[in-house]
Amino acid sequence: MLTALALLLAAMLLLGLLAPLAAATVLGARLLYTGTAAGAIGFALVALAALLGGGAEAAPLPVGPPWAPALLALDGLSAWFLLILGITGTASSLAALGHAVGPQPARVLVPWPLFLGGMGLTLAAADGFTLLLGFEAMSLASWALVAADHDRAENREAARLYLAFAVVSAACLIPAVGLLAAGPRDFAFAALRDSPPDGWRAVAVLALALAGAGAKAGLAPLHAWLPLAHPAAPSHVSAVMSGAMTKVALYVLCRILFDLCGPAQPLWWGLPLLALGAASALIGALRANLEGDTKTLLACSTIENVGLVTIGLGLALAFRGADLAPLAALAAGAALLHALNHSVFKTLLFLGAGEVLQAALSRRLDRLGGLIRGMPWTAGAVLVGVGAAAALPPLSGFASEWLLLQALLAGWRIGEFGVQISVAAATAVAALAAALAAAAMVRFFGLAFLGRPRTPRAAGATEHGGPARVALVGLAALTVLFGLLPGPLLDLGAEAVRLLSGGALATRWQVTGLSAGDGVARYLPLAVALLLALLVAGLALGLRRRSPPGVVLGPAWACGFIAPPPHLPLGDPATQPSAAGLAQPLGRMLGGAVLAAEERVTMPDPGETAPARIESGFRDPSFPWLLQPVARLRDALATRAERLRDLGIRQCLMLTFGLLVLLLALVAMLERQ
Amino acid sequence: MQAFIGILTQLLHAALILIAAPLLTGLVRLLKARLMGRRGPHPLQPWHDLRKLLLKRPVVAETASAVTIFAPWVAVGAAMLAALLVPSFARGMALAPIADLILIAGLLALGRIAMALAGLDAGTPFGGLGAAREMAFAAFAEPALILATLSFAIIAGNTNLDAIAGAFQDGAVGVRVSLALSLLVLLAVAVAENARIPVDNPATHLELTMVHEAMILEASGRHLALWDYQASLRLTLWLALIAALFLPFGLAAPGAGPLAWALGLAAFLLKMGGLALALAVFESAIAKMRVFRVPEFLGAALLLGLLAAVFLFVSTGLA
Repeated sequence: MLTALALLLAAMLLLGLLAPLAAATVLGARLLYTGTAAGAIGFALVALAALLGGGAEAAPLPVGPPWAPALLALDGLSAWFLLILGITGTASSLAALGHAVGPQPARVLVPWPLFLGGMGLTLAAADGFTLLLGFEAMSLASWALVAADHDRAENREAARLYLAFAVVSAACLIPAVGLLAAGPRDFAFAALRDSPPDGWRAVAVLALALAGAGAKAGLAPLHAWLPLAHPAAPSHVSAVMSGAMTKVALYVLCRILFDLCGPAQPLWWGLPLLALGAASALIGALRANLEGDTKTLLACSTIENVGLVTIGLGLALAFRGADLAPLAALAAGAALLHALNHSVFKTLLFLGAGEVLQAALSRRLDRLGGLIRGMPWTAGAVLVGVGAAAALPPLSGFASEWLLLQALLAGWRIGEFGVQISVAAATAVAALAAALAAAAMVRFFGLAFLGRPRTPRAAGATEHGGPARVALVGLAALTVLFGLLPGPLLDLGAEAVRLLSGGALATRWQVTGLSAGDGVARYLPLAVALLLALLVAGLALGLRRRSPPGVVLGPAWACGFIAPPPHLPLGDPATQPSAAGLAQPLGRMLGGAVLAAEERVTMPDPGETAPARIESGFRDPSFPWLLQPVARLRDALATRAERLRDLGIRQCLMLTFGLLVLLLALVAMLERQ
Repeated sequence: MQAFIGILTQLLHAALILIAAPLLTGLVRLLKARLMGRRGPHPLQPWHDLRKLLLKRPVVAETASAVTIFAPWVAVGAAMLAALLVPSFARGMALAPIADLILIAGLLALGRIAMALAGLDAGTPFGGLGAAREMAFAAFAEPALILATLSFAIIAGNTNLDAIAGAFQDGAVGVRVSLALSLLVLLAVAVAENARIPVDNPATHLELTMVHEAMILEASGRHLALWDYQASLRLTLWLALIAALFLPFGLAAPGAGPLAWALGLAAFLLKMGGLALALAVFESAIAKMRVFRVPEFLGAALLLGLLAAVFLFVSTGLA
């Protein structure tokens, strides 16, 4: 199994190296995307084999120094996330294949297999060094992809911010792994596990891992890059960044906190995760309601979902610390299931947004509308994804959010008053985020696919068949399937749940559905879906006799509005809700408090013929509170450092000598310890 | 035997709720009219309206899509299933094992989103306005409902509606401040979810003040009948939910015989009549709020829900 995985990783590397040759022709691009699709299918198959047949022990790769060879392994946890990568990567490669109608530049083709391979390497790594290698390869390749469309200034800006966050993430993760390895003086996970850090080292590892992995996963307050970078990348790349890369970051977080930090952590370790997760869920869901760009909106929804997963992980940590292993399994199961479900439906939504961009040439909601007529397949598949993202039964999003809410509702069983209050607040925020996500998804689908076309281009949009449609329909089918069968799915991840919950027990989930514990609430999606279908079918049959069949088409009533004049073939745009209009109620109700949303109305004086204007906007709190102070600090430091240029030769030599003495002193001190 | 009784009570419950839902709407309308000094329509009027609307072929806007045609069916299906899960006269019905409060919230969300999408479908101004407001209200109502569920989960150890009703009926729970707060929360959420005064006006004729009605302005004929029917079902479901949780007396125990059912039915009718009267009095006595005051109303419910949970933590911590 590991051989296959290693070969797949090597094949991805090879594809990346060969990609410049493929850049000249259409055939080359198609071959490359076919290759990555095949590789991603391979990832999924290896992951399934590992989940079904148990993992593989660590085995060395023939690279690296003899005293620290690169190790690969596949246990339940990494196999679960590898499955996510496989599904997302396959669908995105297929979508890219469908749109590879012209020769693609090498700067798009080369990083793509390296990106997928880097994520695969991160998941397969069994030592700290390989983990970091894969993680950084993933970061660098995705940066190149974000910068691929660098003609536009905002994309260059996004890529620069993305790179800064990637550097921050590396600057936190490398010391975290270093601190872990400081005790055993070995990088292999097995050795790290045997001598977990303690005291201040453990706390430092917690903080660094949270900052490092959180910056990559889009956890607040380090989420500012996500709504900028995801839209800048090509659509299939955005899909993988949202669907898989954030999950790989969460995997690193899980690996470090739940596995390498030993079997027991204090109770309070869950609280930072809970707080950051709740903040991310709230900010992401609210921003998704205010954004006017399809892909930005979806990226904000990713922040929300990453927050929900993190809430689940924090709860699992807290339950673990309180020795409540069954509840920890419940919370961990919720987090893992939601990570998988989110990756599937978010990939679907991003690929759908990509189809829309391809057909209607715009990402702005205000330039779309009525696409359901020209693009019925895309609209149908996206509707399934929207339903799952809005947590509607019986789709996949509801199953995992049901499990998460059950875990949150059991949070009071931890006896500590402070933890109880925090969990109750997190429950409120999670429910608020779920409802906000539903509102955002209604807005997204309603503005893009329903109503009247807002531009001629949207009116003329048509869709393409081929691999892209296969990807969309396949993902929609998976969303339905995962929604109907969450129990068997979690059974598949039982090993991962066991690893995260720290208990030896492997909870068996029912085939028919989910259960929050013995004799407690149950959710049986198959029964719910069947009953819904039966009720609707029975009612339709019953009404067939009593009600005349079919419908009559007529002009929209719209409370008696007259038909638009002939120079407005698409109808009067002012009589259709706009992106800002749909965002207004939530922007006013919640946006002011969280996102400093504001509206300015400028009314001309009576008699003046100037138009009245309303301007609305918001600011993400991470900009004024985090990024701007950091930028000011950077400028101040740079100004100080500039003074070094003016030093004379003697002063330069003195600096060098002083540094040397300092380093020698440090070495001497470390030697003594 | 137990299974047979469960299926039988489920079927009886289904028949009762599906028939009684429009009657309840009619009853509330009649009571409101009487309180305002009018004679009011006969309680059977909603049924007559439904029959009349069903005989008409729907007129669908040319700009609308298949969403307009399928959305009412989805919404009615979700409301019917949710109504089947809430006990009326007996506990231990066949669907009791899946009668989970979070699932009911999910089904209500399914109906709400179907309606919001239908409102946006024709591309008309009021539909979009109503959809945006409805989803914004739900963003406050849903967490409030979940927090009320949290209190129930702590007291009864379960989020299953049947089990909570059973625990409350046994009387072992006693009177608690948290329960009173939860009742307030559920009442506020019920008012918002059913588009009643002060959040929305079900009988409004002014489009700018509409929320719920604005989304179905384009619906006609069969579609309008379905939308009206699901609104009646939701009202019945919410009142039944409050009755089952806070007035659990008279509910027939699982496996009880027809006598207990008759008693339960009488108690159920009495409770629903009382709640309908209370709703009518409340609606007649209060004015509709400005749209942007609603978040304060529902936000207060959200905070009360949190307070109820905090009281429970304190009391269980002291005990």
